[in-house]
Amino acid sequence: MLLTISGLTKRYPTGDLALSSVDLAVPKGQVMALIGPSGAGKSTLIRCVNRLVEPSAGSIMLDGTELTKLGAGALRRARRRMGMIFQEYALVERLSVMENVLSGRLGYVGFWSSWFRRFPRKDVEEAFRLLHRVGLEHMVDKRADALSGGQRQRVGIVRALMQGPQLLLVDEPTASLDPKTSRQIMRLILELCEERGLAAIINIHDVALAQQFARRIVGLRAGQIVFDGPATELTAEVLTTIYGEEDWSSTIRAVGEDDDEAVAA
Amino acid sequence: MSATAFDAAAAARRWRPPPLIASPMLRYAVYLSALAYALLAMGSIEVNWARASEGVERGLRFVLGFFPPDFTSKRQDIVEGLLESLTMTVVSTVIGVALSIPVAVGAARNLAPLPIYLFCRAIIALSRTFQEIIIAIVFVAMFGFGPLAGMLTLAFATIGFMAKLIAEDIEDIAEEQAEAIRATGASWFQLLAWGILPQVRPRLIGLSAYRLDINFRESAVLGLVGAGGIGDTLNTAFDRYEFDTAAAVLLIIIAIVLVAEYSSSWLRRKVQ
Repeated sequence: MLLTISGLTKRYPTGDLALSSVDLAVPKGQVMALIGPSGAGKSTLIRCVNRLVEPSAGSIMLDGTELTKLGAGALRRARRRMGMIFQEYALVERLSVMENVLSGRLGYVGFWSSWFRRFPRKDVEEAFRLLHRVGLEHMVDKRADALSGGQRQRVGIVRALMQGPQLLLVDEPTASLDPKTSRQIMRLILELCEERGLAAIINIHDVALAQQFARRIVGLRAGQIVFDGPATELTAEVLTTIYGEEDWSSTIRAVGEDDDEAVAA
Repeated sequence: MSATAFDAAAAARRWRPPPLIASPMLRYAVYLSALAYALLAMGSIEVNWARASEGVERGLRFVLGFFPPDFTSKRQDIVEGLLESLTMTVVSTVIGVALSIPVAVGAARNLAPLPIYLFCRAIIALSRTFQEIIIAIVFVAMFGFGPLAGMLTLAFATIGFMAKLIAEDIEDIAEEQAEAIRATGASWFQLLAWGILPQVRPRLIGLSAYRLDINFRESAVLGLVGAGGIGDTLNTAFDRYEFDTAAAVLLIIIAIVLVAEYSSSWLRRKVQ
């Protein structure tokens, strides 16, 4: 297993219990979608993994490293192995595309090299290679806020990949994008994970997108995992357990096409 | 339609924007007492019209003493005072801004732990409480007459001004941009340089330019308490009843303030 989460609990200082004893294991190279209603704890879960949010209890093992016990320096080194992709892209808007991409290497270079933007030649080369891969090599010196939503998210993806991660933590990558761009972005993330053998946890509220792109789906409700299985087993009953009572027939039609049983069940 | 149908037209006729003070009693009481106070206050002012007319004439003579402005006879003093003021302004702004940055970081609640936050807020409060003149008097007492006291005063005032406004800007940053930088494994200083600085840089540059302009104006005033600069020259000119020289100094100050004002606002527009 690349990532093993056990007994993960997060209680915010306000008293809200965001996660309650969550167990989850992600093998190397697996892309997994995490679905659930707003406030179910999806964001908190992936932020506990790279400790942007401090877990209250439980253990998180990444490839043999216990993340919850790390000191500041070791945590920085561990974070390099986890790339993060954000809902609102979270690019530093006043920096150029290239600077945003190179910021993925901050964990590897010293302060003054980063201050003077002196990154190793091979990092810059990798940046160009990845920007070319996502079709943005002509945008390197544009300011990030001059880009469209889809372009920004591609820069966000490249920044995460620059870290040379083993795991991608993806937080609602398509929530700010139109349906077509959403699909392109999801496809791109999937392709890149495949090319590089990366595992990914993708938070997403669009159930149809989750089913279309991820083979494994985990459903979170009120801080607890209520479903963990292949996308094909995502039935109306399962969606009701995750989200509550609703007419799900149109949402899961996409699956129904190649698995009528699932819909009928 | 039922008998209780909603009549939008009637509601619109009846509707008035709600007054500032809801209770009509209180409202009129406030208005009346304000009016009464104004009338009583005006009645208590004693205007000695004879003294005033005399004063107008004296004032006129004083103003006429300014013409024509004399740039030449005290040329040496003016140039010296001016250079001193400009040096004071630039040095104090550079030092003040440099020192204000760590204070601003410490005074931003989203970056600093509580003890450091309170300490830096205390520095800011201290620097902002006292008017420049009062600080200048203290520094003149400590370091003697001359531009050193003026420079220290301006640097100290700059710290409070810059640190407060930059700290507020840091607290207003887009948090997720900083979060993204942290997620890459960046160190704390890298977070400042990559996640925070790009977001506050336009404000930092704009405020520094603005502060430069304020510091020049202040430097002209600080001379009055012996803290050096063009204010000293101006003060001396008044003491010697050389109003024509004083007029020349005032014109130069106005010209420089205009130039500083214009260029700092141009710069601020540029960096937005």
